Amino acid sequence: MRAALVTDPLDVSRLVREVASPERGATACFIGTVRETNDGRAVTGIDYRAYQEMAEAELNRILVEAVNQYDGIDVALEHRTGQLAVGDASIVVVVAHAHRAPALDALRSIVEQIKSRATIWKLELYEDGTREWVSAGAQHLVSSDRDA
Amino acid sequence: MDITVRVFAAYADALGRAEVPLVLPDGATVDDAVRSVSTLPGGQVIPRSPLVAVNHTYASAAVRLNEGDEVALIPPVSGG
Repeated sequence: MRAALVTDPLDVSRLVREVASPERGATACFIGTVRETNDGRAVTGIDYRAYQEMAEAELNRILVEAVNQYDGIDVALEHRTGQLAVGDASIVVVVAHAHRAPALDALRSIVEQIKSRATIWKLELYEDGTREWVSAGAQHLVSSDRDA
Repeated sequence: MDITVRVFAAYADALGRAEVPLVLPDGATVDDAVRSVSTLPGGQVIPRSPLVAVNHTYASAAVRLNEGDEVALIPPVSGG
């Protein structure tokens, strides 16, 4: 079980190798990537910022909870910070278990917990030169030169 | 007592800094720290009851603070 914030590009194969094993017949993987549009606006990239110490602590708490809830899983995850371009992977979560149902259920649960608890923020960069802090429920304008 | 309040993302932009040192009376709570920061220029962006952490763990407004604590005001997160 391992969670980390990193600045280098994510290596999916390496994370899969960390948790896959002969006794685990199911390996489930989530890869989050920077999307080219958000709410109809053209996105050129996302600058990921984190409260580093707490984010790593919270990611590890999420994994401990998952391991306790889904007996027999192993999990590795990395979340990238810094400026990413469209198509870059921002997060990879890999869960392995003897069977597919616990692997898939745990994977979904872990990703949703990260979305709601990890102290990480997206500063979305747009084609028109503006940028905004993004959250699930609100956006905070930080540039005054937005068109509308 | 001396504590440090860390702010992030939109809160940091509004306040123009990432850290605010505070001197609070003994027995002060998380809510007292939030109110103090909210009165600073730009502090109006902070909601009445923001997400808060003390020493890297989420905490409620009623939690009493101790000398040297690190309080974090946490805007809505958006990782992933």
